Amino acid sequence: MVKKIKKTLQEPSGSEEQSPDPEKGNGYWETHKKKKGTLFDVSFFYDWCKACGLCASLCPRKIILNDPLGRPYIEDMDRCSGCRFCVIHCPDFAITVKERFADRRRSTDEE
Amino acid sequence: MREEAEIIRQEYLRHDKKFPHVWCPGCGNGIVMGALLRATHNLKLSKDEIVLASGIGCSGRMPTYIDFNTVHTTHGRSLTFATGIKLANPELSVISVMGDGDATAIGGNHFIHAARRNINITAIIINNSTYGMTGGQYSPTTPYGSKSTTSVYGHVEHAFSIAELAVTAGASFVGRGTVYHASHLDKLIGQAITKRGFSVVEVISNCHVQHGRRNKLGGAVEMMQSFKNNAVTVGKAEKMTTEEMEDKFTIGILADIDKPISTEEYRRINRQAERDADKVVKAKVKNGVKRYEE
Repeated sequence: MVKKIKKTLQEPSGSEEQSPDPEKGNGYWETHKKKKGTLFDVSFFYDWCKACGLCASLCPRKIILNDPLGRPYIEDMDRCSGCRFCVIHCPDFAITVKERFADRRRSTDEE
Repeated sequence: MREEAEIIRQEYLRHDKKFPHVWCPGCGNGIVMGALLRATHNLKLSKDEIVLASGIGCSGRMPTYIDFNTVHTTHGRSLTFATGIKLANPELSVISVMGDGDATAIGGNHFIHAARRNINITAIIINNSTYGMTGGQYSPTTPYGSKSTTSVYGHVEHAFSIAELAVTAGASFVGRGTVYHASHLDKLIGQAITKRGFSVVEVISNCHVQHGRRNKLGGAVEMMQSFKNNAVTVGKAEKMTTEEMEDKFTIGILADIDKPISTEEYRRINRQAERDADKVVKAKVKNGVKRYEE
């Protein structure tokens, strides 16, 4: 657990003004509590994707980017709001948005 | 708990057909197909009680990929086959998918007469303003002045408005949506399927490969943005002047009326005639006249 906190403290947080101190109750923990349960995972099925660019252009938060071949990818997955606008506008049924729960498995693997 | 998109992909598509589908990258047909599948999934209709008929064209490829009872018919005759299916088994919910050329040019007569007869069929008409599959010839919905392979100096004829045509022809439910407003399209198609009577959903779609490229409308993304900018809801359109409504189109429900369905009336009259015939035969037997059949 201590390792996890240390690791999160080392990660660059979105807002630099907040002091990343878990005891004071701001910084990572506030944002994490807010985001808890509302994280989303976007997966692209590249076998069916035709790289039309609709998902990247219609994303309201502009988090879907295109690689040189035009295929979509996401760098900052935590910013996804889960609106599924890309899912209903994908003509090729190649996008799935799933709710992502806390990264329990990943943290246990690391420990 | 599976996502809706996963259920649609795993249960409603025919994976033995070659996926990805044949439509161009960014084509609106895929979005309409997704909206149709979501609408039928939300209505909790089983796959066996839906029949999907289509004609020829890009939209005619749609029944190939969907795992309903499907029939891929001749050009413009999607509604005629659908009428036959509905007469044979009225419990099925019959959906007919057509393109703009399929519905208003080759099958134009079938379309207006199906609307006049008021048969309980849902017609989804994908309007991309051109004959996309055959190489971009002008269709009845090509706007005045726009270029195509058969009108290189600009089109000299004026366009049909499919939804208004259906309202005038007497359809009981008429709606218009675009491929940009996809969730709105879900609801429209769902309402059209549940509505008793001939229901038409016109979907403004993009053909950036044949129509957009020749008229410098940009690619799929730019055409989608133009749908977003030019679409006006029915409520807003009433307050706008005709000058403001130039180059714009209304989306939403344009007509929603209740009137008797011709196929049901026909069955009622059939039953009445059978009863009358029985009465005549019984009277003859009673009077000692031999029946012809015996």
